[in-house]
Amino acid sequence: MAKKSQIKCVLDEKALHTVTLDPEKCRGCVTCMKRCPTEAIRVRGGKASVAYERCIGCGECIRLCRYQAKKPSHDAWDTLEDFKYKIALVAPSFYGQFNNLEDINIVLNGLLAIGFDDVGEVGEAAEYITDVTRRIMTEGSIPAPIISTACPAILELILMKYHDLSERLLGTLAPVDVAAKLARERALKKGVPEEDIGVYFISPCPAKVFALKMGLGVERPYVDRVLSVSDAYMRLVPAMEKLTEIRPLARMSSTGLCWGISRGEANSTGGIKTIAADGVEQCVKILEALEDGGLSDMQFIELNACVSGCVGGVMNVENPFVARSRVHYLTRKLKSESNTIEDIGKDADWFMWEQNPSLKDVFKLDDNRLAALSKLMEKEEILKTLPMVDCGLCGAPSCTAFAEDLVGGVIPKDSVCVRK
Amino acid sequence: MNGDHIHLEFAVSGNNFASAGSASEEVKGTLKKLGIPSCDIRRVAIAMYEGEINMVIHAGGGVATADIYLDRIEIVLADKGKGIPDVELAMTPGWSTAPEDIRALGFGAGMGLPNMKKYTDEFVIESEVGVGTTVRMKIFFS
Repeated sequence: MAKKSQIKCVLDEKALHTVTLDPEKCRGCVTCMKRCPTEAIRVRGGKASVAYERCIGCGECIRLCRYQAKKPSHDAWDTLEDFKYKIALVAPSFYGQFNNLEDINIVLNGLLAIGFDDVGEVGEAAEYITDVTRRIMTEGSIPAPIISTACPAILELILMKYHDLSERLLGTLAPVDVAAKLARERALKKGVPEEDIGVYFISPCPAKVFALKMGLGVERPYVDRVLSVSDAYMRLVPAMEKLTEIRPLARMSSTGLCWGISRGEANSTGGIKTIAADGVEQCVKILEALEDGGLSDMQFIELNACVSGCVGGVMNVENPFVARSRVHYLTRKLKSESNTIEDIGKDADWFMWEQNPSLKDVFKLDDNRLAALSKLMEKEEILKTLPMVDCGLCGAPSCTAFAEDLVGGVIPKDSVCVRK
Repeated sequence: MNGDHIHLEFAVSGNNFASAGSASEEVKGTLKKLGIPSCDIRRVAIAMYEGEINMVIHAGGGVATADIYLDRIEIVLADKGKGIPDVELAMTPGWSTAPEDIRALGFGAGMGLPNMKKYTDEFVIESEVGVGTTVRMKIFFS
């Protein structure tokens, strides 16, 4: 994975985080801390704080905060000034945000009307991934069940916690990276100078923002700026209403559009035994089962951290189930024949990871096994003295996490349980 | 606490498929905190999960313990179920007594005990009809 120093990004180093906290709004309640799937959050000094090395960007804490104290990081809309030739990349889930939409071309034309010079469809790119996936499944080069690498939050989770499953990873680039590569290539072919090209992705979730900034599976980031759906939506709706001409810009078929909702990717593989799980808690159950040697009869596993798939992304404006229904409806309006890599004259390698993302050791208590063992033994002793009610009042999500923080030196040795 | 290892104990409840895997999950989590290589964790996970599910299906539950040392894990799965009349036969791949409704759930393929043996470095099974079954497994870390 790209080192921080190599990153070309607008968000400064300090802000290169998945989520930020507004300390004024945070009341120090335990809601986000209790539900974080990697136990990355603690409440310190009455405010939620994130151990970013453990954050997978799933957005659960943003979704759950009733004081709106958590905000996803993304680039501001005025970064549109940064490049002369601006390309907007549109995710399939984006189409589910609009009420009464009858033609996806209206969205694409609307983007041109609000200042973009060209558009690229992530759904089209996803169809090439589908094609490559089918080839990989036929070759049998990856041990089944193959795990999708499309959701960056789930990919991060596997890299952190499920090292043994890394050999099952599909290893294709994220559809948005493929879309960015294609859009850049098409602009160059039109004669646009390279330095003028700016690729902007309208992101449904913080995990994608972070993955694109850091570069996940790529040598360098392909996307220049990452905008939020709500920023785009506010500007797009009035512009779409004023359109006088709708040019046919869409290349995507129904296959690509379905990638925006859970099951879209798994169904597209043509596999007869596939799983599509959505919501990070359910995804964890599938990962645990895979690690236990289960689900071995499955060919392909699609995992989406968000409920309903990318339409459930926390940066979207619409309810996940409403958006999913709209995406379903729109598939009827699209051609059914999927785009293939032969159509654009590329070989499968062009769609694969340029470098394998590194596994992370964020859960290890100590690099020295003996030291880790003695810390764990100490933890077991501490646990015997705790009430095991997981109230969260000490600032840790559970009694176990409190004991681990103590032995790991994360909190002072004299920290005490407030319930005793 | 004995001075050189961690002792974990889990009550496995019978006929509760939703809870099967929770002991395995906690043991895996502990091994990850210890920095045990993922290839070893995989062996522990398979052996432990198979053992848990066996106790759920056949024995009406039991107790699973895991003792984690610097170089190895020792797992004991003890139940007070009906016992296995012919242990050698039960160790034959594909042999199963699982009732039809359990097989319909995708369990009972007859690979539980053979897999537990395959993925562990030491495997001992003792069973007495009417008394119960105890499986002792050791896995050494690479």
